Amino acid sequence: MTPQDPAAAPEVAVAEDPIKVQNARLLARLHTLFGEDAFTDVSEPYGLLTATTTRERIHGIIAGLQQDEEIALHFLTTMCGINYPENVGQELGMIYHLHSLTQNIRLRLKIFFPVADPVVPTLSDIHLSANWMEREAYDFYGVIFTGHPNLMRILNVEDMDYFPMRKEYPLEDGTREDKTDLFFGR
Amino acid sequence: MAVNDTLEGTHHIIEEAREQQDKILIPLHNDFNQELTTLNLGPTHPATHGIFQNILQMDGERIVSGVPTIGYIHRAFEKIAERRPFYQITTLTDRMNYCSSPINNLGWHMTVEKMLGITVPKRAQYMRVIMMELARIADHLICNSILGVDTGAFTGFLYVFQEREKIYEIYEEVCGARLTTNMGRVGGMERDFTPVAIDKLRKWLKEFPAVMKEFESMFNRNRIFMDRVVNVGPISAEKALSYGFTGPNLRAAGVDYDVRVMNPYSSYEDFEFDVPVGTNGDTYDRFMVRNEEIWQSLRIINQALDKLPEGPYHADAPHYYLPPKQEVYKNMEALIYHFKIVMGEIDAPVGEVYHSVEGGNGELGFYLVSDGGRTPYRLHFRRPCFIYYQAYPEMAVGTTLSDAIVILSSMNVIAGELDA
Repeated sequence: MTPQDPAAAPEVAVAEDPIKVQNARLLARLHTLFGEDAFTDVSEPYGLLTATTTRERIHGIIAGLQQDEEIALHFLTTMCGINYPENVGQELGMIYHLHSLTQNIRLRLKIFFPVADPVVPTLSDIHLSANWMEREAYDFYGVIFTGHPNLMRILNVEDMDYFPMRKEYPLEDGTREDKTDLFFGR
Repeated sequence: MAVNDTLEGTHHIIEEAREQQDKILIPLHNDFNQELTTLNLGPTHPATHGIFQNILQMDGERIVSGVPTIGYIHRAFEKIAERRPFYQITTLTDRMNYCSSPINNLGWHMTVEKMLGITVPKRAQYMRVIMMELARIADHLICNSILGVDTGAFTGFLYVFQEREKIYEIYEEVCGARLTTNMGRVGGMERDFTPVAIDKLRKWLKEFPAVMKEFESMFNRNRIFMDRVVNVGPISAEKALSYGFTGPNLRAAGVDYDVRVMNPYSSYEDFEFDVPVGTNGDTYDRFMVRNEEIWQSLRIINQALDKLPEGPYHADAPHYYLPPKQEVYKNMEALIYHFKIVMGEIDAPVGEVYHSVEGGNGELGFYLVSDGGRTPYRLHFRRPCFIYYQAYPEMAVGTTLSDAIVILSSMNVIAGELDA
């Protein structure tokens, strides 16, 4: 038995799949509000509409979606950083999950930016909950949020001088030789 | 190594952040130019029930400002998870909200199953619902009885802790562990409920309501208790939503958001239950919402136990679910699967998935990015405590120190989940 590829399943389903209909409606609304060129890489992994945008637009989009009465994506579920060292010029990313509690629609937005210039506008003026989540992203990935009221480390010690969740930091000391395991990768 | 190259580049980032930090103003004097007292509450204060530090500026008995410091038991779960196969991450989730570990465990399994496209049989889903609701009751019992202790009522705590102990005995019968349960497996449950487990559960379901009624009659209309909690630390629905509140704390503010109802998982749509809501989000509302949720959880358990379908307790997913041990000794395929699963050598599909469950104190989310390898490329836990604890200074400012303790207690902040 081979594991089934679940990502392929939604394409087989007919167009009346309510999640597909809802996502199409959400995407059409996003395009009318912010223009079609604002979103790239639109996909629906596991039924959750995902789009990539730019850091110049992200603040306007999330503020606009909070105010928009038709969709009302007013709840910031979570945000987190991500690091793809092999994507030169786009090494760092931020991923936002928005949720409309009135209509039960979720949206995932992504932005990517170079690791040498990790500056992103803060969302803490839109969502109060963004305050600590941005501090966490700063703590682990070194993303600078302009306009953040209190951008300092939150979970790690303050005098740490690196960003531990970036991929370049191995979980264990890479120079250790006593625990090498060629087959299962220490 | 590349590590040192980027370190050079990051120093200016840290310097800039430190400059910003110096601009934060902490009040030192009150309106009459009298000096304020700085009080260090925590990190290891018996009344904070966990390792939280709050540096409070006090004007007499009144709190003027509070600066929380967290991270005392940060264990880098998200980083560790990037090196572990999926089944080994379960033990990390145990240690987040350790008052309701089964919810964390089973929520994580459901995330992986969603990614792999595994459908779990009805019996396993109902078994999961029973265990998750037991965990919710245990979680709420701790929160509410400790709130009683913090307001000076020790007796109720002793009453319900006996019942919590019985819940832990049921856990023991189901999975062999009590606190960090590591319950369930990807694809189902690790074993069927034993007859002893069912007996214990039925016995407990018969005995518990009387204790709960006693607990409620001790608190709900108690003049002393109500004086301590009514209108203490209220939060409006708008503020609560903006602060990212979920779970009982949000429902106490009057928003009926419950993941079990809005996005049912594990067959929650089969059960009948109500979502209690409060009105003004104060400590009393949070207490009452949790009490009512205990009754609703009991309803769900009774329904699930009565309707518990016959059938297998795990999915037919040999790539992910360990074969029976007897098979491993006799059967070649079983041995191969056993080896590959235990060594974590089974690759996952490429993709990203977000799944959330209703945890003990809110929406517990798992955001999993897989690059097709044996471990997650990135795993982010949406820990409800972490997000709503940032509202604490705002709720505590203007109250007295004793009220601040009660507010903290009623928010049910669990240090393990806060710091992950």
